[in-house]
Amino acid sequence: MSARTLFEKVWDAHLVTAPEGQPPLLYIDLHLVHEVTSPQAFDGLRANGRQVRQPLRTVATVDHNVPTTPRGLPVADPIAAKQIEALQKNCREFGVPLFDMDSPEQGIVHVIGPELGITQPGMTIVCGDSHTSTHGAFGSLAFGIGTSEVEHVLATQCLPQKKPKTMQIDVRDKLAEGVTAKDLALGIIGQIGTDGATGYVIEYTGEAVRGLSMEGRMTLCNMSIEAGARAGMVAPDEVTFAYAQGRRFAPQDKDWEDAMASWRALATDPGAKYDRVVEIDAAALAPFVTWGTNPGMVVPVTARIPELASFSLESDRRAAEQALAYMDLQPGTPIEQIAVDRVFIGSCTNSRIEDLRAAARVAKGHHVHGKVRAMVVPGSQAIKHAAEQEGLHRIFQDAGFEWRESGCSMCLGMNPDILQPGERCASTSNRNFEGRQGRGGRTHLVSPMMAAAAAITGRFTDIRNWRFR
Amino acid sequence: MRPFQKHTGIVAPLDRVNVDTDQIIPKQFLKRIERTGFGEFLFYDWRFSGDGKKTADFVLHEARYEKATILVAGKNFGCGSSREHAVWALADYGFRVVIAPSFADIFANNSLKNGLLTVRLSEDQVAEIMRRAKGTADYRLTVDLETLRVEDGQGFSATFTMDDFSRHCLLNGLDDIGLTLQHEAAIAGYEAKHPVHAAMKSLG
Ligand code: SF4
Repeated sequence: MSARTLFEKVWDAHLVTAPEGQPPLLYIDLHLVHEVTSPQAFDGLRANGRQVRQPLRTVATVDHNVPTTPRGLPVADPIAAKQIEALQKNCREFGVPLFDMDSPEQGIVHVIGPELGITQPGMTIVCGDSHTSTHGAFGSLAFGIGTSEVEHVLATQCLPQKKPKTMQIDVRDKLAEGVTAKDLALGIIGQIGTDGATGYVIEYTGEAVRGLSMEGRMTLCNMSIEAGARAGMVAPDEVTFAYAQGRRFAPQDKDWEDAMASWRALATDPGAKYDRVVEIDAAALAPFVTWGTNPGMVVPVTARIPELASFSLESDRRAAEQALAYMDLQPGTPIEQIAVDRVFIGSCTNSRIEDLRAAARVAKGHHVHGKVRAMVVPGSQAIKHAAEQEGLHRIFQDAGFEWRESGCSMCLGMNPDILQPGERCASTSNRNFEGRQGRGGRTHLVSPMMAAAAAITGRFTDIRNWRFR
Repeated sequence: MRPFQKHTGIVAPLDRVNVDTDQIIPKQFLKRIERTGFGEFLFYDWRFSGDGKKTADFVLHEARYEKATILVAGKNFGCGSSREHAVWALADYGFRVVIAPSFADIFANNSLKNGLLTVRLSEDQVAEIMRRAKGTADYRLTVDLETLRVEDGQGFSATFTMDDFSRHCLLNGLDDIGLTLQHEAAIAGYEAKHPVHAAMKSLG
C-alpha cells in the first residue's frame, strides 16, 4: 500500500462502505453528548421510533449550563434546569451512560474523555460541539457535529462524510520559556486566518509539537476549529501512551500491549503527501494576546494594536474597525497598557491540571489587583480534586482568585458566570467573539500564565519578565 | 426535511465577514429543548439593545428587507460553534438561502439537514449582489438548485456548485438517517469485526 498520513490511516480503518454516488459512510467509535445540543436529537429518535444503536459507544455529561457554585444546590435558572433534566431523562430512556452533576467524573466533555481513558488513539470521535477537535491530540479523528448529525450517530453509529483535505502544520524548533501551546495555537491562527484551514484536517508535526505534553497537545488541537479546520491531529507517541496507561477505561494487560502496537502504526508514513503544508518557526513566537473579536486578530504581548492602514483587504480593514469599536480600543495602543476588569482561567482549552499548575506558579505569593475579579474554573471534578491535593486552590485563594466547581462556565456564559457590558476580560478560553462571555463583554484570549499575570498586575503583562515567588 | 428546488425572494445584505454562530443566535437562547421558535432570537444582540428595544441601525430592521428570504454576507459565514440553533434561527426567521464567498464546514453541514441552501459565489459576485441589494428597491434573486443558477432578471447571473449527493437530498427533502440505515448489513458487518472495547462495557 502506498504511503499514508495519520489521518488517512484512521479514515480508512473506519470506512463502513463507500456506495456509488453517495459520500462514504464512516463508523464512529465514540460519541460524546452534552445537554445543549442533544435534546432535539433524542426527540428525533422518539418521533421516528428509533433506538440508540450503541449506548456503550455513547457517553454523556453536563457541562455547558451547570453552575460553578457548590454542588448540591439546585440549578437556579429554570430553563437550564429543564435542559439538564431532559438529558437525565433521555440517558435513562435510551440507556446512555451519564456523568451527572453530582458525579466525581463530571466535567467539560472534552476534558473528561481523555481523563477517563475513553478517548484513545486511532478512534473516530464526534460530539455536538465544535471543540471536539481537542481529542485529536491522541491521534484520533475527532470533530464537531450539529444536532441533526448527533441524531444520525445515535441512530446509526455512522456518519456519511465527504473526505476532507489534509494539511500539515510543521512546527520547527522549540517554544521559548513562557511561550505555551496556547500561544502556538494563537500564532498559527494569526498566520493562516480563522478560515485558513476550512475543509482540511490538520496534522501537527515537528519538534515543538513533539515537545508538548498531552495537555499542551490538547490545547493545540482544541483551537484547530478556530482556524476553520475540521479536526486537528497529533500522531501518538510515548508521551501519549504514558498519559493513557492505567486510566479507567484504557485497555489493560494483554489488551494494552496490542493497543500500543496498533497505535504505533498510526504515524504518518515517510513520503506520505499532504494537500497543503504550512511551516511555523516556534522559536519566533511570543506570548500572544487577541485584540479583536475573532481569534485571528492577535499580536504578541509586546506589540501594539495594529493600524487600520496595515490591512490590505478592504473587508479585513472594516472588520478590524468594527472589532476595535466593539472592544473600545485604539489602533497603536501598546497591548501592555490595556487594563482588565476580569480574568477567567478555565474552558476545554486551558483548564487541565498543567494549566492550573502554570497559573498557580505565577500567582504564588502575589495578590490579584484591586480592580480585578478573577476566577479559576477547573475542567473537571477530577482536576479540581487533584489540584486541591496539590494545594493549588490555596495558592489561588490566598492570591484572591475565586476557586469554583467544574464546567464550561465563562467560556460561553450559559451559566451565571458572565461579563457585564463593557467589562474587559483576560480569558484562557478559545473564542473572543462579540458577546461570547456576556453581552457587551470584551474578551482577550491568552495563555493561563498570561491570564494569571494580568489578574495580578491589572493589565496585560509579558510573562517572560515575571518575578516568580 | 423541507425540500429546496427553486426560490425567488428579497435579498438582505449583511455586509460583514466572519459572521459567527454566537452572533447568529446568542447562547442565552440555546437552553430551549425544542427545534422551533428560534427565529425571534436571530442576530439578537444586533437587533435588540440590552433592554430589549430594537436597535436603530441594523439592516434587517429596514422596511425594505422585512420580507427578505435570501441573506447575502461576507466570507466565512457561520464560523464558530457547532450549534444547529443558528440554522434553525435563520430558517425560522424566514431565510431559505444564504449567499457568501465561503462558509464554515459545520454550519454548511447543518444547513443541508434543514433545507437551508448555502450558495458559494466569488468575492466579486457577492460584492455585486450586495451593491444591488443596497441600491435597488425590492431587489430579488432567483436561486435554482436544479440548474445551479442565481439570477436577478436585471443582468446579474451566476452559477454555483454543490456535490451531487447533497443536491439530490436537498431537491427531494430526503432524511439521510433513512439512507444510512439502508446500509444496515454493512454496518452490522463492521461492528462484528470491531466489538465494543472490553473496558467500556463497565460503563453500562
Ligand atoms: S469550555 Fe467552552 S468551548 Fe469548551 S465545550 Fe465548553 S463551551 Fe464549548
